Amino acid sequence: MSDHHAEHPAWSEAEAPAAPAPSAGSHVTPADAADAARLVAFGLQPKLQPARDAEYADLLRRYREDPAFGRLADAVATGLGLVVLEVSPRAGMAVTAGEDSVFAVRMGDYARRTAADSGDRFLHGLAHLAIAALAFPRPEDLADDGYVGRITVNGVDAFVRQACRRLEERAEELGENTDPASDAPGLEAAWRVYARRSSTGATKDARRLAGSTTGIVGKAAAFLTDSGFLQRTGDDSGGTYRTTPRYQLQVRDMAGTAAMAELLELGVVPVSDGTASLLPPPDGDDLELAPDAGLPFHA
Amino acid sequence: MSVTLPAPAKTLPSPAPGPAADEGLARRLRALACTAPLHDLDVRKANLAGEYGTYAMAEIALAAIDLVTLHMDFDTGADHEQIVARLLPRIAAQAPERPAAEHERVARWVLENLVNVGSVDRGFRAIYGTFGPDGAYVRRDYDFKLIEEVPGYGGGVYLRTTDEAVNVLVGALDTDVTSAQIAAEVKLEVLVSRGRLADAQLAAEQARYRTVQYAETLRRTLEATRRNVRAVDWLRSVPDMIEEALDHVADRYRHENAILTNIRKARDEAEEPENKRRAAELVDIVKDCIRRHTQLQSRLLDAGPLFRAEQDRQAFAAPAPRSGIDLYGQLVAPVLPLPVADARRVTDAFFAAGTGLRTPVSVRVADLVELLLTPPVEREHLGAEMPEPDLIATPDDSRFSEEQLAAATELLDLPHDAPRRLSGLLAEARRSDPDLPYLVALLAVHAASPAVGTAYRQGEERLLFAVDDGTELDDPEFGGADLIVGTALLDAAAMTADRTEAQ
Repeated sequence: MSDHHAEHPAWSEAEAPAAPAPSAGSHVTPADAADAARLVAFGLQPKLQPARDAEYADLLRRYREDPAFGRLADAVATGLGLVVLEVSPRAGMAVTAGEDSVFAVRMGDYARRTAADSGDRFLHGLAHLAIAALAFPRPEDLADDGYVGRITVNGVDAFVRQACRRLEERAEELGENTDPASDAPGLEAAWRVYARRSSTGATKDARRLAGSTTGIVGKAAAFLTDSGFLQRTGDDSGGTYRTTPRYQLQVRDMAGTAAMAELLELGVVPVSDGTASLLPPPDGDDLELAPDAGLPFHA
Repeated sequence: MSVTLPAPAKTLPSPAPGPAADEGLARRLRALACTAPLHDLDVRKANLAGEYGTYAMAEIALAAIDLVTLHMDFDTGADHEQIVARLLPRIAAQAPERPAAEHERVARWVLENLVNVGSVDRGFRAIYGTFGPDGAYVRRDYDFKLIEEVPGYGGGVYLRTTDEAVNVLVGALDTDVTSAQIAAEVKLEVLVSRGRLADAQLAAEQARYRTVQYAETLRRTLEATRRNVRAVDWLRSVPDMIEEALDHVADRYRHENAILTNIRKARDEAEEPENKRRAAELVDIVKDCIRRHTQLQSRLLDAGPLFRAEQDRQAFAAPAPRSGIDLYGQLVAPVLPLPVADARRVTDAFFAAGTGLRTPVSVRVADLVELLLTPPVEREHLGAEMPEPDLIATPDDSRFSEEQLAAATELLDLPHDAPRRLSGLLAEARRSDPDLPYLVALLAVHAASPAVGTAYRQGEERLLFAVDDGTELDDPEFGGADLIVGTALLDAAAMTADRTEAQ
């Protein structure tokens, strides 16, 4: 939880809370439960900003000032299958869906084709990962609560393509034949799946081609905007977006660790000493992880 | 469309050849596969509704690849419509008796098939076989594109030819760009000096393809370096790279200017009209090369300031107290080389935990019934009705009338060998109309700085001019110099010829 008193000095001298402050050890009233549930309900509307809604702001303050109420709200959230990431004026009641919760987003609902096509499924997942990687290019950016990331749809596509191209060049240098065996499509290198998908395409109605990589990244960005994780700021370069505090929390506390855990299970151990891997490789050293790391370029 | 090539027939029961021999074979098979979509066009034209046998589809396809390559710009690509428009003359020549609409249909069909619009990847796949290191025979997929669609400014979609297509087009281009270009230019110079223009044109065109390819390589490099402020060695390798490229541009520029001078001479001295025409085309090609080099150079000069700005933005921020996950280095970079089946597990995990939540939508049956029974809303095709514009007649507030202008023009329509003084003209004008001198004076002053260039461009044959020889104007209404007003004859035809020559 971040310290918010400095940003909102008015809160410390605001009027007394509307609900009666429960004395220590007192039992919970139905009204308290209703308030706690309402706070969670606010949290379920991720695009709602606490600064825009007085009742939301009041409940948030009560959560922070009244530990019993806080525990109650946490319990309500947990009971609904939600995970509380942070409760603060900047992020609001930042809750996210726990595993197997009714609120969880399923890949099959997100994009139809993914059920049949494993390549498509990968591309949609990678689009989300790449957006996060470009939104928070350095570990410091992910850790710094005040950081606001900016991405463009075309920029994300170009970034992943560049990384794929580097892998292709390296494979060529090593003389590897990366063309996959016809009967084992699952063994095709992941970067190839991205590289061979076209980045855009003309359609009859001038919309983005859904199956192209910019279409897939654009879909991800639009979806994250609906989740209250990104805010659209313009139409340049296929759409420009900036991140919200909630997205930072989600990536830092949930998605990043979950994906890392999965990667470790596969036996891949990415090592980090806490500094950005986006550094020049030592001379003559074939750096396994980040030979061509890229930072986003903000024009 | 999927291009399937049969595996090479094995006639000998000998063991698998070494991986090295197989490597060469695989490369050739892939090169062969790139031409398959072109042959396929001619095979499949029979399936089109209508009589399309007269069109040579492979020829049109090659021409299309040519056009896209030549119209590819540094930033974007070639415009779809422009390519179609430029293909039409060739298609029309193949079947002049057919309607223009059919020609356009053929152009679009060929272009769409080169992009391969029907497939998800918008690319082609060929299957070929190789022997692995253990001697096992493996069938592999080779995916390639000929023309790809890329996003351009303002959300437009542009066409670019891929490396594979350029290789199909010019052949054996898969060599060191720089040395190949030098070779081509030396060849060009020799050819021009010996007067063998037909060969020279071919060489010049090849040089231009190489120039385009070189620009494309550099564009990619710059794009990469722009993103990688920290990943790039800004102390040594980047400045070296930029310097090298600038040297290269300077070198080519000098070289091509020398060629240009040579060809111009060849063109001027050429007797045969055929040679003259060819030399003129050559001049255009070399000029285009120079234009592309200049464009490249301006990009190179921009690179430095861009780096410094990004450096400022990223390097001088206070470090954060705690560290987060390095999303690129610890997730994206390790995931990409994995087999897709494994990589999917990681991206799935990220997706499941990174998309947040969705409140499930539940439907009330009562709402559903109402929703289903509601007739669909008629879509307004025409939009809101336009209000009838209320036009107000503007009063005619011209200072001079049409008749006055006609009178003044007639007065100033002087014979070219007899200029007149402004004082005399004013006096004559005053006799017919007291207001006319103002107009005459205005026109005379305007003629003091005649737009000679414009007159030439518009093919005018005469031009009014006015000169001040120092004489004071003696007039009751006007003061200043008593200009000499006259008419000059322009030799528009000769000028046009000169201009063409000067290019």
